Amino acid sequence: MGGATTDLKLIDENGRRIDGRRPDELRPLKIEAGVLKRADGSAYVHWGENKVLAAVYGPRECHPRHLQNPTRAIVQCNYNMASFSVSDRKRPGPDRRSQEISKIISEALEHVVLTHLFPRTSIDVYIEVLQANAGTRCAGLTAASVALADAGVPMKDLIASCASGKVADTIVLDLRNEEDNFGSADVPLGLVPRTGEIVLLQMDGDLSVDEFKTALTMSTDACYKIYEMQKDALKRKYCVAPAEIPAAMAEAIQTSAAPAEQVNGGDDIKDDTSDNQQGGMQ
Amino acid sequence: MNETEDSKEECARQDSERELVLPGDFITDGKFKAGSGTYMENGKIYASTLGIKSMRSNFVNVVPLSGQYIPKVGDQVIGIVVEVGPSNWLVDINSPYPAPMHINEAPWRVDFGDTARYLNVGETILARIFMVDEVKHVQVSMKDHGLRKITGGQMVTISHSKVPRVIGRNGSMIQMIKNFTNCRIIVGQNGRIWVDGDPDAVVNAVNAIRLIEEEAQAVGLTERLKEFLESTQKGKKV
Repeated sequence: MGGATTDLKLIDENGRRIDGRRPDELRPLKIEAGVLKRADGSAYVHWGENKVLAAVYGPRECHPRHLQNPTRAIVQCNYNMASFSVSDRKRPGPDRRSQEISKIISEALEHVVLTHLFPRTSIDVYIEVLQANAGTRCAGLTAASVALADAGVPMKDLIASCASGKVADTIVLDLRNEEDNFGSADVPLGLVPRTGEIVLLQMDGDLSVDEFKTALTMSTDACYKIYEMQKDALKRKYCVAPAEIPAAMAEAIQTSAAPAEQVNGGDDIKDDTSDNQQGGMQ
Repeated sequence: MNETEDSKEECARQDSERELVLPGDFITDGKFKAGSGTYMENGKIYASTLGIKSMRSNFVNVVPLSGQYIPKVGDQVIGIVVEVGPSNWLVDINSPYPAPMHINEAPWRVDFGDTARYLNVGETILARIFMVDEVKHVQVSMKDHGLRKITGGQMVTISHSKVPRVIGRNGSMIQMIKNFTNCRIIVGQNGRIWVDGDPDAVVNAVNAIRLIEEEAQAVGLTERLKEFLESTQKGKKV
């Protein structure tokens, strides 16, 4: 950071960034919970041009045994970038950077997971970056906490995470690749929204105290927006009360559910389902 | 089978709202006590697990929708022997904690080093959780009536949080499956279910269990299940 120069105009005369965003604007974010069948819990985050998958296993027996803690569970996170996630092929396998990110993410998650409920176990979080465009650790942490909730792991709260930084002497939110490379600072933040606790905070580059404070406020505000999206993703997956499904939607499900039942029972049940209110609710 | 779990489920069912809560959601700050799936901070109760909120007498619980089975003393579980030692067997009970069973807890008189003659790796047993200490060291026992080695039949594994639903109020749900299919069914609290009987009937029973698992949260599941089971009967006559 800092060293690279470019003739790219990172911020134009109107104060717009290269992708047309205002300085305090997030990239489009889409979160989906429970996308993987084999894992105990999972989540997929599509954030700008970042695509990140998170999977959770556990709590499960901790191996190797010497890592076990007799009083609580440990959270082991593994952050990995796919070799095709960046424009030049990334050499596969753990490197200095991914080890660091794995460590800070597991430490952040350990703060919210109620680890004392599962002594001697390990909760394993796997974060796979399929496509990277700056801010993957924030996307990874955001995905991981949704995946943990999906896995039914008890925790104090979800963690929302977002970065801000300094680009062309302006404090901006949620840097994209070009801004990260040619900007002068990047500050990722992990926040426990309910209490406002900070569980992850790094700074790459230099900021004055005032700039830092502005950046922090900016990402904090963004984290609360992300938090709502995380909750929304989980609610969408576990939509429990059939009353909440609009009648029209329920009808659509009902008709699509009918053929599946024919396989099981033959012709006579088809009539049953058409009279039955509950038939196709799920 | 498990009355507290069962009544909790029932309470959640009667709640007209059946509200879904997420970790960190504020539930109440009244005179309630924090039950399972919740935690207390500064006199306020928050949800710790994703699940359905249920208020019962003066306790607030969150009935989880997923998660691992954590052994509780007295639970009847279906276990698979994974290791044989000279004086004990190590049993996998579908939980983060492996459960050893000492030869004294076996229903037979087993000599030291003679364990493999009675139970070997891969065999399935019906056992009871007999001890869990504060660091979650678990021990299981087969010394109770009805507990035995399980042979034949089929095993289905479901999420342990759906077990109370499969059993139903006072065992109504499972009894219905038994009546319709004439199968012998044993439900372990750890989410393992053993089904034995006529091959076609077993298939129907397993499908019925899968239906309950999939639609555990649906209203009117009992009627839905009854319909399903009746349809399988009709299919047989044709």
